[in-house]
Amino acid sequence: MQDIASEGFVLAGVEVGGDPVARLSGVDLSLPAHGVTALVGRSGAGKSTLLRLLNRLDGPDRGAVYWRGRDLSTLSPDDIRRHRRRVGMVFQRPAVSPGSVLDNLRIADRHLTNDRARALLDQVALGVDFLDRDASALSGGEQQRVCLARTLATNPELVLADEPTASLDPEAVAAIEATVRRLRDVAWIWVTHDAEQAGRLADRVVRLEGGRVIDAGNGQ
Amino acid sequence: MTHVQIGLGGLAISSVLVGVALVLSLVRQLGVARDLLTAALRALVQLLVVGAALALVVDDNDPLLYTWIWLVAMVLFAGWTVKRRAPEVPNAALLGVLSFTASAAVTLGVLFGFGVFDPTGRAIVPIAGMTVGNSMTATVLAARRIVRESVEHRPLIEARLALGLSADEAFAPHLREALRTALIPSIESTKAVGIVFLPGAMTGLILAGVDPVDAVRVQVAVMYLVLGSIATSTSVVALGLTRGLFTSDHRMATRSS
Repeated sequence: MQDIASEGFVLAGVEVGGDPVARLSGVDLSLPAHGVTALVGRSGAGKSTLLRLLNRLDGPDRGAVYWRGRDLSTLSPDDIRRHRRRVGMVFQRPAVSPGSVLDNLRIADRHLTNDRARALLDQVALGVDFLDRDASALSGGEQQRVCLARTLATNPELVLADEPTASLDPEAVAAIEATVRRLRDVAWIWVTHDAEQAGRLADRVVRLEGGRVIDAGNGQ
Repeated sequence: MTHVQIGLGGLAISSVLVGVALVLSLVRQLGVARDLLTAALRALVQLLVVGAALALVVDDNDPLLYTWIWLVAMVLFAGWTVKRRAPEVPNAALLGVLSFTASAAVTLGVLFGFGVFDPTGRAIVPIAGMTVGNSMTATVLAARRIVRESVEHRPLIEARLALGLSADEAFAPHLREALRTALIPSIESTKAVGIVFLPGAMTGLILAGVDPVDAVRVQVAVMYLVLGSIATSTSVVALGLTRGLFTSDHRMATRSS
């Protein structure tokens, strides 16, 4: 068996669901903690289900998910919270809390300074004038960038991105992709149904279909 | 002191008012005549039965055991009512029973422990009735709102969890909203008391011939009791429900669809 401690994530015999249809079935997969890995597949392929396991927002019904060699199901509740700060997550639909952009950033770090908040906005190509704006009143693309900045506020070493550009206009998509390219010291696991986007962004492409891995992308 | 007594004749005359409502319903074709009649008759029978049972319980010569049995039955029935009114709430009956027990223990403990009222069946039963009755409405409101918040705002709650917040922290804004929703009606009616309406206990006492100032003192104690019992019962139900909504490792207990 490979040395799972040297990998980022390792999924071993992972199954989710099964009544009536398995969401994930017999998934054995290694995902590195560097570069950009794209998880590609059609709707219902199991991409989002897999991503949620990595953040421990869900647990597998069978099998195990390891991060740096540690089975996530064995972590204490406090360790799970620490894990989530190291492995951030951005969702398909931006979920901002009521309040200003700064209020939203401070959900991730209540001691966040204004300077750090401005730097985070700069990373996602939003101007500093956004800090005091009502987050709920922003466009979908701007909200998604606020969510990304909020995730980056925890200084994650890896970000799980669940089709974050799926419902955005081309300009917003370009802005977020530029952020990913700029932040090369952060690893990404990027779920998308868009093969072209995967080609633009990813160092490695993993393909899923019907809850199974059909191409682990090891050859790329 | 003049006691107000209503004989069978008085009762029959007061039923004329139900007849007025019935006629209006029929003339306006509201389609509620049958429900009106059923409700009026059911209330009469229920209250006559309760009155007969209460006569046993509040008799100063009877042991307090009857009173406690009455209380337990009341709490169990209220728990069942919560389950019926809030079918989407998991373990609603159990949570209701726990929250009503807690609110009854706190409020009765304060009122009788500090000697505000004498611990007799005549005092315990109506006070516990008001505690549980008022708590029930607020508990159902809080429970339903908590469940609704957890479903409607799941993306936001999970976004907070994914940032490393604990389940309590991630759900706090929604819990606050649910508890506010449950408490505000009681706070508002407490503010309006005496100006907009005269509360039931005070009206009853005045009609029964008690001095209005004495009636006010009782009413104030009852209002504080209601506020305390609602705060206690909604807190207990919130605590229990929140525990059920999340796992110990800060995940939502139900899988997303």
